[in-house]
Amino acid sequence: MNSKPIELVCPAGGLPAMKAAVDAGADCVYAGFKDDTNARNFTGLNFDENSLKDGIRYAHDHGVKVLIALNTYPQTENWSRWTAAVDRAADYGVDSVILADIGLMDYAQRRHPQLRLHLSVQGSATNYEAINFYRQRFGIQRAVLPRVLSLAQVEQVVANTDVEIEIFGFGGLCVMVEGRCALSAYATGTSPNCNGACSPGKAVRWEQTPRGMETRLNGILIDRFADGERAGYPTLCKGRFEVENETYYAIEEPASLNTLELLPEIMRMGIRAIKIEGRQRSPAYVGQVTKVWREAIDACRRDADHFLAKGAWMAELNKVSEGQSYTLGAYNRPWK
Amino acid sequence: MKLSLGPLQYYWPRQQTLDFYAAVAAMPVDIVYLGETVCARRHELRLDDWLEIAAQLVAAGKEAVLSTLPLIESESDLKAIRRLIDDGRFGVEANEMGAVHLLAERRVPYVAGPTLNVFNAQTLGLLNEMGARRWVMPPEASRDILAGLQANRPEGLETEVFAYGRVPLAYSARCFTARRFNLQKDTCEFKCIDFPDGMILKTRDGDAFLTVNGIQTQSAKAYNLLMDLPALVASGVDVLRLSPQADGTLEIANTFRAAIDGSLTPGAAWHSLAPWMPSGGCNGFWHARPGLELVENSA
Repeated sequence: MNSKPIELVCPAGGLPAMKAAVDAGADCVYAGFKDDTNARNFTGLNFDENSLKDGIRYAHDHGVKVLIALNTYPQTENWSRWTAAVDRAADYGVDSVILADIGLMDYAQRRHPQLRLHLSVQGSATNYEAINFYRQRFGIQRAVLPRVLSLAQVEQVVANTDVEIEIFGFGGLCVMVEGRCALSAYATGTSPNCNGACSPGKAVRWEQTPRGMETRLNGILIDRFADGERAGYPTLCKGRFEVENETYYAIEEPASLNTLELLPEIMRMGIRAIKIEGRQRSPAYVGQVTKVWREAIDACRRDADHFLAKGAWMAELNKVSEGQSYTLGAYNRPWK
Repeated sequence: MKLSLGPLQYYWPRQQTLDFYAAVAAMPVDIVYLGETVCARRHELRLDDWLEIAAQLVAAGKEAVLSTLPLIESESDLKAIRRLIDDGRFGVEANEMGAVHLLAERRVPYVAGPTLNVFNAQTLGLLNEMGARRWVMPPEASRDILAGLQANRPEGLETEVFAYGRVPLAYSARCFTARRFNLQKDTCEFKCIDFPDGMILKTRDGDAFLTVNGIQTQSAKAYNLLMDLPALVASGVDVLRLSPQADGTLEIANTFRAAIDGSLTPGAAWHSLAPWMPSGGCNGFWHARPGLELVENSA
């Protein structure tokens, strides 16, 4: 097993969530600024100068690291907004910035040589040659893997790089490779790559019709719900569509990723950090999920051979899962 | 203005693929991108077959470029790229940073493909320093994003824009064609081979919305920048990319060539392609609109 204990990296969409994560035992918290420089650019979310300074102070006082996601792709005409965000993060004394764009990595490395760089999942690096590229050219110290690899493939990556590897452990599951999805841009004009959001609320319409409750995104019918069916938010890959005369969840059923059962394997492989998704979720969610994962990681570190995912932990996590169900995701090959 | 034929996105039977590329030799395109760029499991043609096709196209006066997978998950995928680079006879289009790494390390010039997410001048400059001789704009980028990049483009670097075809929108580890038939990806029975233009995904009110093509999701509508040709010329684009489809690729290439040469107006050219766009056409991305929109009279 790796000599350094695995880090639990928890989401903070705002100061209360950040404090909840710190209090519940996170090793790191990750956050973003209130604009399109990060991939959770949602109304009412994220940090301004004061709340971030407070959050950093609170986290550091408790020995918790703060990572700032600047993981969207700047464009030539708004480039300075991203570089200013890197400067601000460095000035505030954050522990790392999480980047996807190589232009921005180059800037960060030159301007702030002491700043730790993490490769965002939005960088879509799925193999060690890609990760080693970011290491050699830009000095990244950690890479977050897209949620598309099997555990055996993750192990292959870990074995062939010096870069610390972080994987997603729990939360909303993007079925597409992050950084390789323009579905929302196609349907709504809001691009995850450039605008940091997907299936935005401003494009959503809920409509009660004689055929049932219909959810639309920029006018496109994403799903229709019978009376008594729970009508979910119309994230476009989670709708029901017709393909070859069959109507079903053609891309993805609403479900959450949960790799808790795989923890002994994850730790044995030398994966350096495990990430909880959900900056858009409530402080209660963050606190709850962090607490369960903290207990599970500690139990696994004490005795990996006899580690069992406790029923009570799984029940807690299921309560907050999207669609009330969970999947091991691609880490478990049959999912594919 | 040069025309290129992008890599074949679908899984056609071997003979159909060979026949198609035999016909491409006579099409009015200057550059042909070859190779499997969707799913590593597809095997009707092997790397050696693609290299053979490339040699034939070069003999017919085309520039042949081998494109790499945008999602490299296994050691065997990496080995195939190393072999391709070591072969050295043809250009390579890198579609993820692992391929960029291998090419830059060996100092082999390459094409920076459309999935590399080049949205700013700094990134474009870095790729150029690392050996890119041409770059392909991400299809979701607008003319404004292009303008920012063109204004800062390094000397000698060519710009290519995806100008016709169902747009590759997303990639997954998961196979949506297999899912339709309740199969797992590893035992997918290669169902893609039955759908030479992919499977149309419709909304529950019957609108053709997307195209399911294995692990890739495309638009249902054909992206078509013919009406925007004057703007593309004005912005200094060097190459327009056309994406192959089961029927009409020759007519599409002829129409683009005629529009570039001025023997067809952009509007007339656009409308003459209607028979090859069964789910309609769109150009929203170019105009910084939702991609599925069509902005008319945009010239």
